[in-house]
Amino acid sequence: MSVDDPARAGGGATPPLLDLYERMLTIREAERACGALFAEGAIPGFIHLSDGQEAVSVGVMASLGRQDTIASTHRGHGHALAKGLELHAFFKELMGKADGACKGRGGSMHVADISAGMLGANGIVGGGIAIAVGSALAHKLLKRPAIAVAFFGDGALAEGVLHECLNVAALKDIPVVFVCENNGWSEFSPTSTQIRFTLEKLTAAYGILYRRIDGHYVTGVAETAAEIIRTVRDEGRPAVLECLTTRIRGHYEGDSQRYREPDPQALDPVALALQALTADGADAAALEALAARVRATVEAAVDAARASDEPTLQSAAEDVYAQVSAA
Amino acid sequence: MTEQRFAHAINRALDDIMARDPSVVLLGEDIGRAGGVFAATRGLFQKYGPDRVIDMPIAENAIAGVSVGLALGGLRPVAEIMFMDFVALAMDAIVNQAAKLHFMFGGQAAVPLVIRTQHGGGLNAGPQHSQCLEAWFAHIPGLKVVCPATLDDAYALLQAAIEDPNPVLFIENKALYPMKGQLSDTPEPARLGQARIARPGRDVTIVTYGAMLHHALAAAETLATSGIEAEVIDLRTIQPWDEATVLASLTRTHRLVVAHEAVEAFGPGAEIAARMAQVGFNELDGPIVRVGGAFMPVPFSRTLEAQYLPGERQIIDGVNATYG
Repeated sequence: MSVDDPARAGGGATPPLLDLYERMLTIREAERACGALFAEGAIPGFIHLSDGQEAVSVGVMASLGRQDTIASTHRGHGHALAKGLELHAFFKELMGKADGACKGRGGSMHVADISAGMLGANGIVGGGIAIAVGSALAHKLLKRPAIAVAFFGDGALAEGVLHECLNVAALKDIPVVFVCENNGWSEFSPTSTQIRFTLEKLTAAYGILYRRIDGHYVTGVAETAAEIIRTVRDEGRPAVLECLTTRIRGHYEGDSQRYREPDPQALDPVALALQALTADGADAAALEALAARVRATVEAAVDAARASDEPTLQSAAEDVYAQVSAA
Repeated sequence: MTEQRFAHAINRALDDIMARDPSVVLLGEDIGRAGGVFAATRGLFQKYGPDRVIDMPIAENAIAGVSVGLALGGLRPVAEIMFMDFVALAMDAIVNQAAKLHFMFGGQAAVPLVIRTQHGGGLNAGPQHSQCLEAWFAHIPGLKVVCPATLDDAYALLQAAIEDPNPVLFIENKALYPMKGQLSDTPEPARLGQARIARPGRDVTIVTYGAMLHHALAAAETLATSGIEAEVIDLRTIQPWDEATVLASLTRTHRLVVAHEAVEAFGPGAEIAARMAQVGFNELDGPIVRVGGAFMPVPFSRTLEAQYLPGERQIIDGVNATYG
């Protein structure tokens, strides 16, 4: 999975569904492996799996180039991988290894790849929004042909920082896309019990462009995101994209979800993409081979992560501060 | 060398570094057209324009959070939080984001960010406009905390803070802004973490920083009339603080007073006293004494605030207390 293709920056054609499907399947298989590794104790701490939200990550990232930046959430594995974090560095980080993306200091909730424009998952609900706005402002001030995307969930709609950031972005014409992954859940509570407004009405108050889409259909997400992102690039002002999506797993792995009834109607974006490919006449054997290849790639990354070294506290201590360069 | 006000030293430091480093941008409330509530940024908007002196709405959380994004994006933001009390509204961006990103991302990115703010009483500004909250930040790994006392230090330390690749709280004392002093034409460059012996002395060490330095120097002059020669150390940087200079002084004087305007309980002086009690135990000829604000919110009334604020009198009492 690669986001290196410069043609994708600036609003090229939507990638073929098979390509989008492969990217989503990679995230799904990675999340499956994360769940298994967590269950066996190989991944410590808290992890929040993004199963069901792959179409948003892949669909939005299809219109971003490497110079574009994103700030993510606690449920950020899909964002990180879709933005270009390499699978080996990903699993090594989640397992807390010395050669992980963040040298084992951050783990799932802080996985980042600055070189790929992925400014970090975030352990604070809403914590990445202002960072994305600042990153977009830096693009604008330095006249870089780039934008930033702030991912956040519907739980963050109740956070005050969102208001501050929407206002600042509108006020200063900052090229940032606020992407709300609305899965209906604010951690363990239905979001309907948490807020009295809709994101659409909130956005209208700031005079910001708003679109809402069904986030389960990757081609639809990719097309709408491409349109929104093109507008943000061309006009240099913010936009809000609300994606209705599904959190298939619990808030975190190990969440018993006693507060939630199973929903047999829930849509699965990966399954939907597979159905669409099959309906389009894709070769079943080729799809099987693709899935096997993705699984093998993920397994190889997991194996490499298992074999990696544990970090040392000394190495961690050296990075509490960035070193002042000798003048 | 010219006589200037303290606020001018801040202004000139910003002006000079902005002139030579196009990546330095300022953002904050009323810093642009209005020139800042204490005029620290006066004239800079007119000189550098709205893309480098960015007026922000009254949104401290966004100011700090956007600054983190700017720093990750290749700029050197200097954010102004109008009163230090308001920093409470920006704590997530400073403490959970800025302070940790370099570490938490495995050294992938630095956050060269300065939060300029001002603390302290003396203006009868009341409980929400007078607090000295530097200990909050000195407690957070990943942050640096600077507090200048003189014009040359205000100039040099602010430039050093902006050039530092880490998030720095740069704390000015509001009572110092109108203070007149000498500002060198080209102040000596300063290094964060290096204290300065503001007055040499053999009998007792007074460690302080910020506006309290001037009270400590006055106390030292008074003490000298009764034969006690106090050595006054201006820490300049609270995190990291210059333990070596303080210990070396204690080794000469064998008595220690730590004085600051911040509330004494759990204040920066507690850390300094505890470290010196540990590494300088054999040097001590008397108890380490802390001088700081009483454990109460900063009161408003002229009468109350004047009695609340520690100064020369309390420092002299503190020195006497080291003699048991």
